[in-house]
Amino acid sequence: MQDIKQFVESGQIARFPGGIHPPERKQPASEQPLRRVPYADELILPLRQHIGLSGQCTVRVGERVLKGQPLTDAALHQGLPLHAPTSGTVKAIEQRPMSHASGLPEQAIVITPDGEDKWRERQPRPDYQQRDKAELLDIIQAAGVAGLGGAGFPTSQKLAQQKPVSYLIINGVECEPYICADDRLMREHARDIVLGMRILAYITGTDKTLLAIEDNKPEAIDSMRVAIAEYDDIELRIVPTKYPSGGEKQLIQLLTGHEVPSKQLPIEMGIIMQNVGTAFAVKEAVIDDKPLIERVVTLTGECIEQPGNVWSPLGTPVDALLEYAGFKPEQQQRVIMGGPMMGFTLPITAVPVIKTTNCILVPSTRELPPPGDEMACIRCGACAEVCPATLQPQQLQWLAKAKDYPALEENNLFDCIECGACAFVCPSEIPLVHYYRQAKSQMRNQAREQAKAELAKKRFEARQARLEREKEERLERHRKAAEARKQMQQQQAQEASEQPSDNDGKSSAVAAAIARAKAKKAAQEDGSSTPAQPADAEPEQKSKKSAAVAAAIERAKAKKAAQQTARESDVEAESPATEQQRPAQDKSAAVAAAIARAKKKKQAREQQTSDDRASQSPDQEDKQ
Amino acid sequence: MSFVVGLIAIGALALIFGLILGFAAIKFKVESDPIVDQIDEILPQTQCGQCGYPGCRPYAEAIANGDEINKCPPGGEATIKKLADLMGVEAKPLDAAHGEESVKKVAIIREDECIGCTKCIQACPVDAILGAAKQMHTVIEHECTGCDLCVEPCPVDCIDMVEVKAKPETWQWNLDSVKQNIHKADTIPVKLVE
Repeated sequence: MQDIKQFVESGQIARFPGGIHPPERKQPASEQPLRRVPYADELILPLRQHIGLSGQCTVRVGERVLKGQPLTDAALHQGLPLHAPTSGTVKAIEQRPMSHASGLPEQAIVITPDGEDKWRERQPRPDYQQRDKAELLDIIQAAGVAGLGGAGFPTSQKLAQQKPVSYLIINGVECEPYICADDRLMREHARDIVLGMRILAYITGTDKTLLAIEDNKPEAIDSMRVAIAEYDDIELRIVPTKYPSGGEKQLIQLLTGHEVPSKQLPIEMGIIMQNVGTAFAVKEAVIDDKPLIERVVTLTGECIEQPGNVWSPLGTPVDALLEYAGFKPEQQQRVIMGGPMMGFTLPITAVPVIKTTNCILVPSTRELPPPGDEMACIRCGACAEVCPATLQPQQLQWLAKAKDYPALEENNLFDCIECGACAFVCPSEIPLVHYYRQAKSQMRNQAREQAKAELAKKRFEARQARLEREKEERLERHRKAAEARKQMQQQQAQEASEQPSDNDGKSSAVAAAIARAKAKKAAQEDGSSTPAQPADAEPEQKSKKSAAVAAAIERAKAKKAAQQTARESDVEAESPATEQQRPAQDKSAAVAAAIARAKKKKQAREQQTSDDRASQSPDQEDKQ
Repeated sequence: MSFVVGLIAIGALALIFGLILGFAAIKFKVESDPIVDQIDEILPQTQCGQCGYPGCRPYAEAIANGDEINKCPPGGEATIKKLADLMGVEAKPLDAAHGEESVKKVAIIREDECIGCTKCIQACPVDAILGAAKQMHTVIEHECTGCDLCVEPCPVDCIDMVEVKAKPETWQWNLDSVKQNIHKADTIPVKLVE
């Protein structure tokens, strides 16, 4: 720690191992002033723009949105909200190809701009120093500010580290060929960047801010030097041009003379690094209450008529940008998102600009010939010499091809920053970084599979335990039921043996009841029958009764017959059934269909088994 | 005399060592065979039963008792290689009698055709199917191991095994597949030439 301080105080610039000097080709794009791209016909905003989870969509299709209005809720972890780049209506929320080498579709909000560009209500906050740090972090988070230099890590999260920060480093190195978005931003918006740096310094509580710029950007250096002149605690450090000086770990090594240890973050050394573009976005978010809805994108390459840097609203499709800049495609034109070293060829140009898009490169075959055929590694070691992370690229390549993941882990594959220096110098044209990326994603997948297998095992064991328990419970129930039955039988047997004793009382009661009933009947007969026909009365009544019953049965039968005929005629005429019948019929039809399917399946199976048998039998015959 | 002394001495030693061994057997008791646990760790835990055993653990026990290591199609070559390393035997190609290694799949129930018979629920080894008698069933996709065991019991054939779709985070940088789809991709990084 003391060493770091001493080194930084001395103002020296150290060196990092490896690195290359590719042709820079920043002109002519860096010489054109920033322009503003008109709104495209539709803006596509993928819900996930950076590392982490996507937020929950808070707008509906057809809803009118105002410029700067949040479209998603921040997700729980590492989430950032997304904002409408201009006013308009939500045209769709659907799957669109994402700005990724795979071109896989992902959920996106599509907005049709209405041309009014009407802002939501804004509350400018020039008085940030009177505010709490936590409040400022919330503002930055709510404005959706992500790191604009690389992977788009949420800025508020990076700043919210509960560790002492001794140095804040602002990265204006921009070492990759062609890209000059930060260069242009520093030339034109130096004051705003410095304000953002002040806010970042205030939040992190550091008393020293270092601004690093590569020495190939004299205009940017001049303009920033003027802007920071009034602040004593900001120091400008000019680093020699070398790729990849702009990598976080490489720049820290340049400025502090110390390497960030493997698998550790710069914060462990008391350092936080932010890009100049991020500093600018923080200033806009805090002071102007303007969320991150646009960014500077370099449009360059020989197949573009007007190369330059533009303010592009997020969500602008790449083809709209190309059209704006005058696209003259050649045969089999490649369009690269990002720079020539770390970018990726877009599978389609309908993908939008997202928070991490810093460059659209449209090279001609002459300036960037497509890679040649891969040849065998000759173990020349050129890649190991240029690796800024002091890895053994040729060794990693062998291991990646052999899919020897434990060995890759041992050889620190995950310290590879995928800068592409090794592939650049490889005389055998081996796409090394491609192999590393594949191996990395396979290793991550394997870890995921492992976790899933662990879960499946747990679920399987839990199920086994449950089945066991249920079985035992069932047995227990059966045992209990059997016991209860036994008991009951015993009881009954007991009662039977006990019966004689209380039989007398019971039977006497029954006898008494019978006697009472007889007496009653006799009395009734006496009362109802006339004295003239005492003998006939009973049978006549009986016959009357039976006649009535017969009639009733006849009626019922007739009714039933009538109903049946009615139903039959209904069916025959296919007259619309009553509403109650309809679903019943549907259901029965569905059931019939299901049964038919089941039968068919069974038949097929039987058929198959018989076929199997048939096919087996000749074999057996042959053997015999 | 010396014979008796020898007998007593050896007897005493035997007693002492016996006690030590007995104590160690209780104190350092191992709950289950650790080699079985190690094998079980390697197996993919799909519980599909394609190996002929009812689940991954029974197969792990069988391997520990000398069964072949090439009976696990979901694990494929990678699992066989690891098992061979662990057991100190030669890695063999997958036994085709138990099925072939295929892409990852999950079961999907065509819900409007489901009659709610619960047969698939009973078949699922990891309880990844949700439903009740005469109610529609559905598969909890991220818990499904793709073991295929629910397909056979379904009386109305309404369960499909579909390939797991690639997501950006699981995408394997297989640029050829992109090329097939879109005919424009290229290897990465693009090489600069002066």
